[in-house]
Amino acid sequence: MTAVEDRPATAGPAKEVGQARRRKEDARLITGKTTWTDNLVLPGMLHLAVVRSPFAHAKILAVDVEAARSAPNVVAVLTGQDFKEEQGSIPCAWPVTPDMVNPGHPSVAVEEVNHVGEAVAVIVARSKAAAQDAVELVDVDYHPLPVVVDMERATGANPDLCHDHLDTNESFRWIFDAGEAGTGQNTDEAFAAADVVVRRRFVQQRLIPAFMEPRATVVQPQGDGYTMWSSTQVPHILRIMLAMITGVPEHKLRVIAPDVGGGFGGKLQVTPEEVLTLLVARKLGKPVKWTETRSESLMSAHHGRDQIQHIEIAADREGNVKGLKVHLLADMGAYLRLVSPGVPILGAFMFPGIYKFPAYRFDCQGVFTNKTPTDAYRGAGRPEATFAIERIMDELAVELDMDPLELRRKNWIGAQEFPFTTVAGLEYDSGDYDEATRQALELLGYDELRAEQQRRRETNDPVQLGIGFSTFTEMCGLAPSRVLGSHPYGAGGWEHASIRMLPTGKVEVVTGSTPHGQGHETAWSQLVADELGVPFEDVEVLHGDTAISARGLDTYGSRSLVVGGAAVVNAAQKVVAKARTVAAHLLEASEEDLQFEGGTFSVRGTPGTGVSIQELALATFAAHNFPEGVEPSLDADATFDPVNFSFPHGTHVCAMEVDTETGRVSIRKYACVDDVGKIVNPLIVEGQVHGGLAQGIAQALYEEAVYDADGNLTTGTFVDYLVPSAADLPHFDTANTVHEAPGNPIGAKGVGEAGCIASTPAVVNAALDAVRHLGVSDILMPLTPERVWRAIHQGGDGGDRATAGTNAYGGAQTETTTGVSTPESSLGGDR
Amino acid sequence: MIPAAFEYVRPSTVDEALRALADGGEDAKILAGGQSLIPVMRLRLAAPSTVVDLTRVSELRGVREDGDALVIGAMTTHSDVVSDPLIAQHAPLIAQATETVADRQVRHRGTFGGALAHADPAGDLPAVALALDAEFVLAGAGGRRTVPAREFFVDYLTTALAEDEILVEVRVPKLAGQWGMHYEKFNRVAQAWSIVAVAAAVRREDGHIAEARIGLTNMGPTPLRATATEQALAGATAGADAIAGAAAHAAEGTAPSDDLNAKADYREHLARVLTRRAVTAAAGIQG
Ligand SMILES: Cc1cc2nc3c(=O)[nH]c(=O)nc-3n(C[C@H](O)[C@H](O)[C@H](O)COP(=O)(O)OP(=O)(O)OC[C@H]3O[C@@H](n4cnc5c(N)ncnc54)[C@H](O)[C@@H]3O)c2cc1C
Repeated sequence: MTAVEDRPATAGPAKEVGQARRRKEDARLITGKTTWTDNLVLPGMLHLAVVRSPFAHAKILAVDVEAARSAPNVVAVLTGQDFKEEQGSIPCAWPVTPDMVNPGHPSVAVEEVNHVGEAVAVIVARSKAAAQDAVELVDVDYHPLPVVVDMERATGANPDLCHDHLDTNESFRWIFDAGEAGTGQNTDEAFAAADVVVRRRFVQQRLIPAFMEPRATVVQPQGDGYTMWSSTQVPHILRIMLAMITGVPEHKLRVIAPDVGGGFGGKLQVTPEEVLTLLVARKLGKPVKWTETRSESLMSAHHGRDQIQHIEIAADREGNVKGLKVHLLADMGAYLRLVSPGVPILGAFMFPGIYKFPAYRFDCQGVFTNKTPTDAYRGAGRPEATFAIERIMDELAVELDMDPLELRRKNWIGAQEFPFTTVAGLEYDSGDYDEATRQALELLGYDELRAEQQRRRETNDPVQLGIGFSTFTEMCGLAPSRVLGSHPYGAGGWEHASIRMLPTGKVEVVTGSTPHGQGHETAWSQLVADELGVPFEDVEVLHGDTAISARGLDTYGSRSLVVGGAAVVNAAQKVVAKARTVAAHLLEASEEDLQFEGGTFSVRGTPGTGVSIQELALATFAAHNFPEGVEPSLDADATFDPVNFSFPHGTHVCAMEVDTETGRVSIRKYACVDDVGKIVNPLIVEGQVHGGLAQGIAQALYEEAVYDADGNLTTGTFVDYLVPSAADLPHFDTANTVHEAPGNPIGAKGVGEAGCIASTPAVVNAALDAVRHLGVSDILMPLTPERVWRAIHQGGDGGDRATAGTNAYGGAQTETTTGVSTPESSLGGDR
Repeated sequence: MIPAAFEYVRPSTVDEALRALADGGEDAKILAGGQSLIPVMRLRLAAPSTVVDLTRVSELRGVREDGDALVIGAMTTHSDVVSDPLIAQHAPLIAQATETVADRQVRHRGTFGGALAHADPAGDLPAVALALDAEFVLAGAGGRRTVPAREFFVDYLTTALAEDEILVEVRVPKLAGQWGMHYEKFNRVAQAWSIVAVAAAVRREDGHIAEARIGLTNMGPTPLRATATEQALAGATAGADAIAGAAAHAAEGTAPSDDLNAKADYREHLARVLTRRAVTAAAGIQG
């Protein structure tokens, strides 16, 4: 009596790990035949629409809701006054310094608004259309206050204040000094003794995560409890935080992240709208849905990046680096959200990159401005750091008249030096920077392109060519809980998994790493198929529901495979250990005499005997014939807490054409060799690299959240916030080297952020390399054709863009897509 | 977002459409492909009380010849324009410019007439119509009238169309002689509107440029002709220097705006460079 077909004990299935399996989740995700949160319809469900501030900074004098309240099908109109006692503050889980200033973040403004798009009231209606119609009927009387949009002015003398009740725009100042920490020499002395010092000011423009599925939340009250569906990356964190904010006991709150259409860090948040949806459902006792529009998403979901970076590098004449100093202004926006202050701090450890700096000092000021709060965005802190170090290495090479690659080679950590403790105190695990670079140059066709560059220079070709490098590393696998605790982050960094052996031999894997498009279901199935020796198709991966996956810390920071996958592997190994006991009993052999291969236990040296783990599942379910004193279950769970981060690395090389007549830049060729450790599924790895490259290139060339002088977001639609499509991106030549991570049982390092972190400086360095002989030494991102043209023909870094949005759609800025128009604003006073 | 509530009418003839428009009053709006109107309604920049949908008015769709003119129905979609053999033969400039409009999905719904009636200064087709001296046939309660391109584009998003009129077709004169054409578009991503673009049609005669017609996209609130350049090119030798010299006048008389993509001085510069490139390509010589 077997539930599965007999399989010869010797010929197990081919190893799953390493195979380019197509993702089992894709068909339903792509066709939309799945539960996106907005697809949910519950009986009696009400709909929310949010009235948002058109002012960046103002006192709320009065909110007149009468007209809206009496509009057709409107059930309730609620304001900050209605929620002020119960809404608490959006939590900040990362107080980076003991004296960090946190102004408090109401979900709906009570007395003051601090950025355009902040919620001032919510409409509850029987249909989404009725709710939306009533938004225009809410009459808010604002008293405008001075607006803070510029970080340098905000931290200068006598600045206007972002928050009326604070006496500073500075949230925190956080310093890491390697000399003081004992991980390096005294930085000032290192600089004083150096032959050469290069100083630059780089700007990390503000970006918008721009996930494909807009945010949506549904809350259903049931008895004295609530179920929340939300398009979130972090259902587990959300549940804990919502319980702490709203006082709904944790065990009375179930949070479900159904299929989620992208996040990029943008859904690593506890959002005001999630809090409001829960509060409204509690107040009215009815199911409530909120789904945002794209315009709302662009202006009110958190943004990313936005730093002004002062970087100083010291070296001797031969090109040996001697020290690095970093001073950052990091824009928090108007409020601190979940990990806003932690983002630049996460970057603090990555500025030294792959180089052996003897001295390092990092100094960061977190600054408030009247803009949408910033928080995690793909890479979170590490792209900013990588950009700074990879750009300044090129500047140093120019100063020393050295080949930029030669300078890097001279200073990077040698393959034989791992594990290597950096000046920032991190222990890099493994890698070979030289090998990755060698392969990348070959992929690119480096020598031919250099020769062409030379020809174009000599003939004064209007189209010039440049080549740029980024030899990067990043810290992944967030994170060792003890390290987080010392920083001090509000949670641990472990991950949980459990495995359930079903009676028919099928397997359910429950993971705490909630995916939002990465392909966990496929990769986890591959891991478990190999560990248990069961077919890939027999594994189902469950996730995202706190009632099913009770413990978890979700998906961000390239942690899922490295930490969550490790927990899955460990749980599977426990299942095998339990099954071994049962097998020994059934085969009447001792456990030591059993071998486990291809999913079957057999007695060593006794061909023909054997019982598969899938058969053992049924035997365990029946439990008729079971070893004495052993509980009838093969199920197991595991929690994995890494001891160290993992450090993917790679070399990215970009060849860029610059049309000096128009300033247009176009990528001629892009090659990268990434070392992400062990590759579980090459197709998924390549997909992650491609997507990351698209986003990193987008930062270099296309995307920027632009605010005008009044604090209006003028890139309020995708007409002006330019997300490139496949048509705008080059072919990518990708390859991998493999140095396994020693810190987890899989040997994987993480790939989710690599492409995004590495590519931006390679692209900018390439553009600069093309026009440096024309006197250009920096161009602000994004490298719009106008900026490139100005830098070439007028000098400087291309300068600020005009802030007005383009006129397509008749100028898509309205008070509902951006903010308020005054004579000063680029929206124009007469709109 | 969700548009404000509106009445919806779907007539099947031009006469029915005109009546629906008259009945709908001041706030009635025509819906063609909806690729410009629906977004502005969803953003609540426009809130028409009645929407008159022309998609079932089959007499407005298609391309035909009428003596010396090519007649393009207002409801001919961009994708129909791109693949139309008559347009390819007589006015390839229109097909070339239309191919640069947006993406496949938008071109499948968006229409030739809608793009012209919308008169977005960043839109690609108005400057092409202007360069080709097209004529616009407008139908109203009192009958039909024909307006030349130079008079059709009045101001920012404003045309000679009265509120109760419908653009029914566009007549493009067939050009006699040896004409070359080129549309040179400058934008940042593939599906975007023009930052600046130049439509050029050039007639060559014995190694000379006999006549040039140049339309400029997004160099002011309406499409413009680069008149000074056209004059400088008339009778010039078809060579790089003469073209560059003439193109240097391309921004004269323009009034471009400042926005995220370009300040006015950069737009003027682009107009000169792109005019040189467009004329060079249209004249069929090596740049
Ligand atoms: C993502 C995207 C990218 C785009 N990129 C470009 C681009 O690169 N270049 C470009 O040129 N355009 C671009 N467009 C606009 C596109 O070309 C539209 O199709 C066009 O502007 C409008 O055509 P439509 O048929 O959709 O008109 P609709 O949106 O239906 O109508 C537009 C306006 O014209 C009026 N109207 C329409 N037909 C008539 C008529 N017969 N008589 C009187 N009034 C009429 C309507 O009342 C409305 O005011 C883009 C659009 C989108 C959505």
